[in-house]
Amino acid sequence: MSVKLVYFAWVRERIGFGDETIDLPPEITTVADLLSWLARRGENYAYAFEKAAFIRAAIDKKHAPHTTLITGAREIAFFPPMTGG
Amino acid sequence: MAKIIIQTEDFDAAAEAAQITQNRHDIGALVSFVGLCRDESQTLSALELEHYPGMAEQEIARIAGEAEARWKTKGLTIIHRVGKIKPGEQIVLVIAASSHRGDAFNAADYVMDFLKSRAPFWKKQHLLDGTSGAWVDAKDTDEASLSRW
Repeated sequence: MSVKLVYFAWVRERIGFGDETIDLPPEITTVADLLSWLARRGENYAYAFEKAAFIRAAIDKKHAPHTTLITGAREIAFFPPMTGG
Repeated sequence: MAKIIIQTEDFDAAAEAAQITQNRHDIGALVSFVGLCRDESQTLSALELEHYPGMAEQEIARIAGEAEARWKTKGLTIIHRVGKIKPGEQIVLVIAASSHRGDAFNAADYVMDFLKSRAPFWKKQHLLDGTSGAWVDAKDTDEASLSRW
């Protein structure tokens, strides 16, 4: 499955870029799977996702808990807790 | 339907309030909240607001819709700025109008609470010494305040 990944704030800074499109292996089915798979892709990813439980995710621009299935997702975002307002 | 804008430019709270009340005689209460860029340590040159385009608008619309469903609002305007904002400058505006004050106070308070921890915005500090400071951390109290609702 090909999916666009987007990163924001210090997650983006630690990874080194804001978006990428990647092919996911079929065994990656949830947000949590994707996070731990990404963390093994390189030091930059490992640094960004060192506290995986802290990272927030969105699938197709909607908040998604780590247990959410990513089947059919077009865009998955990872970012720190939000600090708007 | 709420008016929702994300923009880099400053906003005029009085003009936005006038736009809601113009030619209407059924509004008895108008609550206007402005969030400002604060620098108590006097080390900050600016806050840089980053957002997730598309999701930020959608998420604010969802929050506004919930506020409109819970309270009898007769007008709701939300403006959130992005980009570099200096200490003392305005960051966010929420205006809620209703027949009676309870609905307007509640709607504005609710929107601000959810805006802070559910709308995808992040603040980075730029310091007066020219360095880039840390990203502002989310506060546990912001998350805890959601349970009020």
